[in-house]
Amino acid sequence: MERIYIFKRFERFWHWSQALLIIFMMATGFEIHGSYRIFGFEDAVSYHTTAAWLLIGLWVFAIFWHFTTGEWKQYIPTMEKVDAMMKYYITGIFTHAPHPFRQTTLRKHNPLQRLAYLFVLLLINPLIWISGWLYLFYNDWAMVGLENLPLQWVAYAHVAGAFMMLIFFIAHVYLATAGHTATSHIKAMVTGWEEVD
Amino acid sequence: MKTTRFHWGLLLLVGGLCLSTTGYAALQPTDTPATIGKESARKAPSTADHTKFKELQRSFKDGPAVTEACLQCHTEAAKQVHSTKHWTWEYLNPATTQKLGKKNVINNFCTSVSSNQTFCSACHVGYGWSDDSFDFSKESSVDCLVCHDTTGKYKKIPGLSGHPNYDRIELPPLSGKFREATDLQAIARNVGKTSRETCGTCHFYGGGGDAVKHGDLDSSLKTPKRYLDVHMDADGLNFSCGECHLSDAHQVAGSRYAPTASDKDGILMRGKDHGRNPATCQSCHGSTPHPAQHAKLNDHTDKVACQTCHIPEYARGAPSTKMTWDWSTAGRLDENGKRLQIMNSAGMVAYDSKKGDFTYDRYVIPEYVWFNGNIKYTLFGDKVDGSEMVKINEFMGGPDDPDSLIWPVKVFRGKQPYDVEHQTLAVFHTADKGDKDEAAFWSNYDWEKALEAGMATTGVPYSGKHDFVATEMSWPITHMVAPKGDALSCEQCHKENGRLKDVKGIYMPGANNTPLLDTLGFGIALLTLIGVLIHGGIRVYSARKEG
Repeated sequence: MERIYIFKRFERFWHWSQALLIIFMMATGFEIHGSYRIFGFEDAVSYHTTAAWLLIGLWVFAIFWHFTTGEWKQYIPTMEKVDAMMKYYITGIFTHAPHPFRQTTLRKHNPLQRLAYLFVLLLINPLIWISGWLYLFYNDWAMVGLENLPLQWVAYAHVAGAFMMLIFFIAHVYLATAGHTATSHIKAMVTGWEEVD
Repeated sequence: MKTTRFHWGLLLLVGGLCLSTTGYAALQPTDTPATIGKESARKAPSTADHTKFKELQRSFKDGPAVTEACLQCHTEAAKQVHSTKHWTWEYLNPATTQKLGKKNVINNFCTSVSSNQTFCSACHVGYGWSDDSFDFSKESSVDCLVCHDTTGKYKKIPGLSGHPNYDRIELPPLSGKFREATDLQAIARNVGKTSRETCGTCHFYGGGGDAVKHGDLDSSLKTPKRYLDVHMDADGLNFSCGECHLSDAHQVAGSRYAPTASDKDGILMRGKDHGRNPATCQSCHGSTPHPAQHAKLNDHTDKVACQTCHIPEYARGAPSTKMTWDWSTAGRLDENGKRLQIMNSAGMVAYDSKKGDFTYDRYVIPEYVWFNGNIKYTLFGDKVDGSEMVKINEFMGGPDDPDSLIWPVKVFRGKQPYDVEHQTLAVFHTADKGDKDEAAFWSNYDWEKALEAGMATTGVPYSGKHDFVATEMSWPITHMVAPKGDALSCEQCHKENGRLKDVKGIYMPGANNTPLLDTLGFGIALLTLIGVLIHGGIRVYSARKEG
């Protein structure tokens, strides 16, 4: 058994504050969508908007951090060992087979994680963000020549993005228990130190 | 468009990155409504005291005599009035080329002025209009007092062709109640600016009584409290009608025949009117009136009329407004052949042999429609289908029309006569003109005679065969503006089956209007959840088996 330092302090701060904001935005967002009532529409909109601006602020720092530290390279996709990962999740994990991927500080995500996060970064986030910005700046659409854009298209995109985020969230939370032990990934995300074989 | 957005979350971004905030600076109005209001609440001082005018130091035999005295100084006044809708009761709608005005339209209250001028001209700004022979060019026939009285004692009596009573009369006839002769001398020496009360003598009582017609105009607006109308609030801003319905040379701005449904040109600056209608909310408040912390509300003004949120209900003063009127039951008499009046539990007339069945309502939630300011009327001679509901007026507009906004309306529903053979609306002679007026419905309850006499004055042929047709008429709701705290909350529309559920062509967040996407999204999320639970379950099971 070995412990390696995977997640640096900013990264952990970024992860957990983003997690809280996204959970809160899903809670308020689906209320605005009409799925249930917690805060009331007006407050839900107000909280959702405030959380959006906070998340934007957080992201500005996170993007800056990723580029200055070179950590963005963690998201470069690879197909290497993807099949092994799939096989591990389908059978190996039940028989205590060895994990096919060994984390290092330079490769902290397994190949499936890389693909999943890249999918979030390149598809889900842009969908939510662009549609969300359009929602926020509805009155100014004419300034960028979008006055004929139907609001429902923006709404559909935003809601579809939200569903994808919800599905990602469920899978992500579950796979957080699929490390060396059920809690090793979660501990690593809190302390920075991951136990590896 | 200037943006007035500001979010405190933006501060974080701005603080972190030292971005320029110029484009997002909150624009704060320097004149708040409160400071403007105290000015206008003061009684406007006049430079003329009419009690000192020698022209008025005399007695007057009738209204026209008063007008002649007025015209000695106000030499152009009658000519000005002659060119107004208040005088001609005519309006040519340039957009539809329909000839409108009270003289030409049909409604589903008393249905038509035609043949009933003796009665209806109690609300004409003139004296003596009893039939088509009335001389519309005679200056002394203009009634100055009905608008400029300040005593509240001037009253034109229906049936006297626009005159007040010059003698002591029993009113209503055979009621045992008497009305003293009108004191024209006192009234003439106390003329002044128009007021809510003078405009209200007609506009509060349209349709035959207090609050009957409009729903947003009734006698409660004489001295309204703040909750009823934030602008007319007698203890606050105390606006007169003319504050918004700004008049020039007796032309009163803001007409129901050609309303301004959407006014996107911003605040109306002095000297820059360019023929704009000053009687709109936007002409004072602009199109982005909500402060920065409620910036999202400004995103609504391109589709939603101010009135939709700011007039949550109409008929919020004391009187109830009439909601339905069924003429088809009129004429039923009691066992002695006498007129029946049946009261409802609120003590209001629910059935009258003269008029049929009524219903009333208070604190009414409006209906909502797309509206671009054009109204198409069903006029004399226009074809109607007796088996279908007839729209007496139709508010034009739609979601794809950039000049349309979603407006609140009172929809008044009823049944009224139509000509079965010619398939046209049929109007009838209602009020007794005196001198053995056998044809008046209110005298003899004889539909055929009343319809013949009524239709004869319209120039439209009448077959002699009538039935009753269901009709609808819409009235824009624009008065009784509530204080901002009483405006609609978001959730009154943003929910399933909210207030705008019947308005087509809008996407409403919160209204659950993406069922397919929701089923798909929540469905896949649920399957994912089940999947990971099964996966986790097998992991736990296999670990136990091994352990």
